[in-house]
Parts: sequence; structure tokens; C-alpha cells
Amino acid sequence: MKLAEVLEVVTRTDPGVVRAHNEDAVFGSADHGLAILADGMGGYNAGEVASGMATTLLSSNLLDLVQTCSPQEMDGQSGKRLSHRHIQEQVAGANEAIYNAAQSQPQYAGMGTTLVMAWFYDNLLTVAHIGDSRLYRLRGAEFQQITRDHSLLQEQIDSGLITAEDAKYSQNKNLVTRALGVDPEVEPEIHDYDVEPGDVYLLCSDGLNDMVEDDEIAMTLQTLGSNLPLAGDQLIQMANDNGGKDNVSVILIKVRGDFAAPRGWWQRFLAWFK
Amino acid sequence: MAKLILSMDGLVLKEISLNKERVTIGRKPHNDIQIDNLAISGEHAAIVTILNDSFLEDLNSTNGTLVNGQPVKKHFLRNNDVVELGKYKLKYVSEQPAGGAGPADFEKTMLIRPNVMKNPQESAKPAPEAPPAMAKATESQPGGVGPVVPGPTPAAVAAGAATPTASAPTAAIQLLTGANAGKELELTKTLTTLGKPGVQVAVIARRPHGFFITHVEGAQFPIVNGNVLDAQAHQLADHDVIEIAGIKMEFFFKT
Repeated sequence: MKLAEVLEVVTRTDPGVVRAHNEDAVFGSADHGLAILADGMGGYNAGEVASGMATTLLSSNLLDLVQTCSPQEMDGQSGKRLSHRHIQEQVAGANEAIYNAAQSQPQYAGMGTTLVMAWFYDNLLTVAHIGDSRLYRLRGAEFQQITRDHSLLQEQIDSGLITAEDAKYSQNKNLVTRALGVDPEVEPEIHDYDVEPGDVYLLCSDGLNDMVEDDEIAMTLQTLGSNLPLAGDQLIQMANDNGGKDNVSVILIKVRGDFAAPRGWWQRFLAWFK
Repeated sequence: MAKLILSMDGLVLKEISLNKERVTIGRKPHNDIQIDNLAISGEHAAIVTILNDSFLEDLNSTNGTLVNGQPVKKHFLRNNDVVELGKYKLKYVSEQPAGGAGPADFEKTMLIRPNVMKNPQESAKPAPEAPPAMAKATESQPGGVGPVVPGPTPAAVAAGAATPTASAPTAAIQLLTGANAGKELELTKTLTTLGKPGVQVAVIARRPHGFFITHVEGAQFPIVNGNVLDAQAHQLADHDVIEIAGIKMEFFFKT
């Protein structure tokens, strides 16, 4: 029933073959049902600073919150789950911190970061993202991209200007339309999903999905799903074998069982002893 | 910047830089590229360029537009595509940043301020809703504002993903013992699993520089040439004998 007993989380990050710096940052905690991945951008090491700030600030604040809040309950004001409000508040805080650092320190000017985060609670998953870092889900044989990039290319695909097939050859892959820390305010895209035992979730930076076809990612998760650390290593290795032009990061989360929140007083009483 | 090379009967007539968002091609004089030939419509085609990508659109011309021999209405141009209008050919060449800053610098993720860009496809499609504007910076231009970035290395970025192991040799496994002894399994996929799920499973990864076996699950680890492997990947050599879940098999390269 405890999250750590039903979730397995593996994080991997690698600078890739070409770059000297790793501007990606990852955080994962099965105990708290949290996974956060950020892909920084900006001159010199500013990208690392932005992505590092994002994962550190969000994880430390959310870890505290997760202990005390009931994210599954509905927020009377917005009609959405409380998890949305918590994420919005924490993302706004991280955005402000990165933005202020970028404004006050010349060497951090213009820095920013993408963000994708997953929060597991009560057999649910809340996903928030900004930019082109992605979340995929493997359920049975079905491998699906859950997030939609905030990128120029995705907008072109949506408007019918370019087909998804042609987009693979686009030279405009690296342009995101939303990022954390570049403006005083940012709006994360947040959605809830039902979680089923057996699901495998993948959070990744574009260093993976630009270098490795979705089919190959899916095959890796299907083949190596029983050994999550090996699957993580394999994904990084495939990106690097294909050229490793960018930093590559992955977070894998496997759901082993049910994790419904305790409902009645008796269940809560029992949970208290666990 | 990408360019077009106009030719007829193998004779190069001129080179045109795609330095405008929209370059029109036609018989009438107001076109950016005027081709004064009766087989060409007054307004025949247009090429729309968005940062590093160019799109060709046939403007309902009488005689049509071909790309690499195929008639097209709208087409995403790739390096060395040949556009045909009547007897005229236009070769699309998208130049890559040469020397200087390494291509890696240009591939850095960047933010784009959408007001810099209009959706140039003013026909038919409504412009996508403008996303909030942003600033961005790269190593090459810290704190910069302009989103104009020379393209990354050519289609290799994407093509690389499609054919990662094209140069790797092919190999196969032949079962030596068990019910299926003698059976051969070619290692064509990036990952091939061997063994019995729940008992013992190993995987052979096909990589550019060879084939590697790794333990996946089960209490027993794979045995190669009589030696028990650890959790690390192990590179396979020609005629290695592997033992998994009690079954012996031989790995060999195919010539």
C-alpha cells in the first residue's frame, strides 16, 4: 500500500557523446511517488543552473507537501484536483526563482529549462510539463506519448503545415515555445490519468526521442521491463550509439500494484501503523 | 541559408537564396523567380521558409509541379530535392553551418519568441494560436533575442535514428541443445531476448560496434564459454557458446 512498495523508479542522466556539460537534471522518489525531469538551456553552465534549480526546488517543496496534503481531493475553486493547485504554486515559485536569478546575475541571463513531472497518488497520475521534455506510457502492448511538446514543430504539425513523418527531418527541432524561468509567469500544462498495475512510465529529455525512434523505445521497455535499471541503461546507450548529440535523461516508473488512498477511518487507522 | 539552383537541360541558369519568408515562382514578372515559358503558369508555385525548413506549394498550376518525379501539392523540402516545373528544374540545397562554431552549438534547445514568426502559410490553414513570447540564449549568443539559428547537421539527426546499426555486421544464434536444437535465430533487432520469462532471461543488444549479452532476470546469470557472467554487459565473440536456462547455444557472425 505504501508507494515505495508498488512503484519502482529508476533515473538515468548522461551528457551524451558530443557535449561536455550535462544541462539535464532528474529527480525520482518512489516513496513520494514523484518524478521530475528538466532540460536546461542558456549559455555556459546557466542551463545546468536552471534545470538544477527546477528539480531541487520542486522536489524539496513537493516532498514536504506530499506527506501532508490530499492531492486527490477536489479543489472547490477550480473544480480540479488539489494536485493541480499544488503543482501550479510550486512551479510558479520555481519559475520566479529561476527568473530572478537570470535577471540579477549576468552570467545566468536568458537561462531557462523545460520541465516534465509525474506525481503518483491514489491510483492516479498527475502530469505537468513545459517545453519539449516528454512523458510516455507503456500499457500492455500499447506505447503512447502522453505529453504534447510545446515546440514550434508540434505547432506546425498541429496546424497541418508539416506531417509527423516529415517532422523527423525538420531542422527546427530545437525550438520550444514555453520554458520555465524565462518570463515572470509561466503556465504548466497539467492533466490527470488513471494508473493501472503493470504500467511503465517514461519521462525523457529530447536527447532520447530525437536520437531513438519511438518504436525502439517501446521495444526496449517491452523487452527489458522486468529489469528497469537495465532498461534505463539501454535507452541511454541507444541514444549514444545513434550519435548522442544531446544530453540524454530518462526516468522510468513501473507500477507493481494498487495504491488507492485509504478511505474509511479503519483504513486510515491501519495505514497509520504501516 | 538554403538555396535553389535553377537549370534547364542540365544547364545551370541561376542560383536563388531563400532569404525571404515566401518566394514565388511563375511566368508573370512580379514573381520572385520569373520563368518566362508558356508551360509555366502565371503564379506557378511558392516556397515558404520557416527558419531552417522550407515548404514547396503548387499554386494550382496548369501543368503541375513535380518533386523528384512525383507530382506534389505541398511538400516539405529536403536537401537535394529536385523540383520540376515544365522543362525547368530547381534543386533545393540546404546549406549547413560550416566550420566555426561546432554544429552541436546550433542544436541547443532554444526558446522562440513567436512574434518573430508569422505563420506564412496564409492559405487555408488558420494560424496556430500564438503561444506566450519568450527570450532565449545559447552558448553562441548569450542573452540573444533573434531565433535565427543555422540548422544542425543534415538529416543525419533523424536518419541516424532510423538506421543506427546499418554498418554493424549481422549475427545469429544457433541452439545446440534442448527441444529446438539446430534452430537458428538471426539477431536483426536492436534487442533480442533469450530464455524463459520468470526463470531466466538474457538480452543480446545489437550495437554499432558489436553484440553484447546482458542478464535481465532470474537467479541464474548467463554462462559464456563456461564462465558465469556478472551484471555487466559482455561483448560476444564469434563462436561463443552461451548457456541460458539450461539451453546451450552458439553465437556466430554471418558473412
